[in-house]
Amino acid sequence: MTEQLNTTLSVRKLVARLVVVTVVMFGFGFALVPLYDLFCDVTGLNGKTNSEAFIPVAELIDTSRNVTVQFIATNNENMSWEFRPEVFSMKVHPGEEIETTFYARNPTSGEMTAQAIPSVSPGRAATYFHKTECFCFNQQLLSGGSAIDMPLRFIVDRDLPDDVNTITLSYTLFDVTETGVIQATSLTAL
Amino acid sequence: MGDHGPAKGFGRWLFTTNHKDIGSMYLWFSFAMFLMGGVFALVIRAELFQPGLQLVEPEFFNQMTTMHGLVMVFGAVMPAFVGLANWMIPMMVGAPDMALPRMNNWSFWILPFAFTLLASTLLMEGGGPNFGWTFYAPLSTTYAPPSVTYFIFAVHIMGASSIMGSINIIATILNMRAPGMTLMKMPLFVWTWLITAYLLIAVMPVLAGCVTMMLMDIHFGTSFFSAAGGGDPVLFQHVFWFFGHPEVYIMILPAFGIVSAIIPTFARKPLFGYASMVYATASIAFLSFIVWAHHMFTVGMPIAGELFFMYATMLIAVPTGVKVFNWVSTMFRGSMTFETPMLFAIAFVILFTIGGFSGLMLSIAPADFQYHDTYFVVAHFHYVLVPGAVFSIFAAVYYWLPKWCGNMYDERLGKAHFWLSFVGLNLTFFPMHFVGLAGMPRRIPDYALQFADFNQIASMGAFLFGFSQVFFLFIVIKTIRGGEKATDAVWDNPEGLEWTVASPAPYHTFTTPPPVK
Repeated sequence: MTEQLNTTLSVRKLVARLVVVTVVMFGFGFALVPLYDLFCDVTGLNGKTNSEAFIPVAELIDTSRNVTVQFIATNNENMSWEFRPEVFSMKVHPGEEIETTFYARNPTSGEMTAQAIPSVSPGRAATYFHKTECFCFNQQLLSGGSAIDMPLRFIVDRDLPDDVNTITLSYTLFDVTETGVIQATSLTAL
Repeated sequence: MGDHGPAKGFGRWLFTTNHKDIGSMYLWFSFAMFLMGGVFALVIRAELFQPGLQLVEPEFFNQMTTMHGLVMVFGAVMPAFVGLANWMIPMMVGAPDMALPRMNNWSFWILPFAFTLLASTLLMEGGGPNFGWTFYAPLSTTYAPPSVTYFIFAVHIMGASSIMGSINIIATILNMRAPGMTLMKMPLFVWTWLITAYLLIAVMPVLAGCVTMMLMDIHFGTSFFSAAGGGDPVLFQHVFWFFGHPEVYIMILPAFGIVSAIIPTFARKPLFGYASMVYATASIAFLSFIVWAHHMFTVGMPIAGELFFMYATMLIAVPTGVKVFNWVSTMFRGSMTFETPMLFAIAFVILFTIGGFSGLMLSIAPADFQYHDTYFVVAHFHYVLVPGAVFSIFAAVYYWLPKWCGNMYDERLGKAHFWLSFVGLNLTFFPMHFVGLAGMPRRIPDYALQFADFNQIASMGAFLFGFSQVFFLFIVIKTIRGGEKATDAVWDNPEGLEWTVASPAPYHTFTTPPPVK
């Protein structure tokens, strides 16, 4: 009889432990989300760039080197804005702070909010591409029919690997008029 | 408690806590799902019999590929193994029943509800799930039919069932063994199930988390998998395959255990390399957690990632090779006979190895860009799942059926079933290697003309294989209803405690623990 009792007790203890494992693994599934973003942030994979303004330190400009920076502007599905870079490609020196603009126009009659999501290619250049000011840090509100030139200031890091000669910065513009959720997540995730 | 028999009527099945009753219900349920998933597969093969669209709309075709995969994985293969575990594990370790008999009843009875929920989506407006059994976002979120919510809840219930079943199995194995039954004396079927159960409780919750995130994306405005909200669809694939790769071993490890029980019996030699079998199984289980991204070589991973997942994947061939070597060595110089379970077990070893080799080809990252999402992949995983998992289940049923019902099956009919299945499945799946290498994409209802011949062969093989399983049903029912009485040992000096009890196995076995040498 005591033996049976012992078995029941050890079964109970074991089951409790296994239930804890189950709950922890359920949590781990969700933990993969920040872990994934953290991993991409640290390694610069996935072309994820900083979502906060880079504070420039007085850097020397490496005039011996030219890097081509290309700009791409894409609309997400159902997004009706006109959206394009002012210049599509430029040559810059690493360390030099550059300013350019993107043009956006809301052709509809209603007020709309948009959010641009950046991505840098090749992915490993992402950590060397510093934005000191970017329209992607905030949502853009445009009344019907109005247009805006949105500024972007950036510095290409002087430590950019030697074999990277072209960096492509791509923006996808999302319509967030209704959801508005993008800002909260984008600031932490991107 | 006394020696009472089963209750009468339907209530017996509804309220039973007997591991044998529950095991039988699992097996019958899984066979019903096997036939349902098989019908879905035959719709696919009938449509692909010739190029062009003739029988079904492409939208419905997509629902068929999706439902076929889901039903076969979660409805047929997994419950069949759980059923075998219920029947055999208490008898193999000398326990009177499972450790948690009432939870056992519950983990079975929620399954029919899960699959009713899932199957009912086919009748809903917008149709059932049509995004493939891997349900990649955004196909399964932004572009999903409205029925996707039913799919999500069905997956939740299946997951709950699997987790409860696994906890039960672990508790039984670790706490209910007869005195003297040390871990390293346990039959390999028990060992492989112990490891499988740990895999299940490690990854089923991740799957539950994955579908919960989908649910939140669809209904509660979060953006886990939506780039528009700062999420990432590629994240979905990582989360899914973190579950998905261990899942494929969940479907094959118990099969390893079954084959390791059958081959020694019919080779009349003890299993070669018992300890190495245990360690190989554990290594495979460990490796299964660090190879998931080999399903996603083409998403744009950095070269270091591709290399890591490529080499880690290739590493799995080592413990798997150990196992195949041990099975072959067990047969080497044995006095072999070829009863139906042995035929299925030998076919398992040969055909599973073929599936393993095509898996090695797919693990080569640069080559995978050519194979990815083609019929070569379809051929690969059907070779490991059909002559792998499904054949091992057939082998197990033929091997233990005389113990379950007390009658021998008809050997001639069993062999006929084997050869029909063997020919049918090779006709079905072997040509898929060729069309896949030639570039035929998977999950399409129509294809280019040059693939027509091989597809016709595959479709004919599929119908042969499909109808052979109705024949299997006939054989099993015939055996249950009558036939030559089986002896207690059933086979020629088989190893294991289950053969020391009477045939058919009494309703209660090992109420006092048996002596273990």
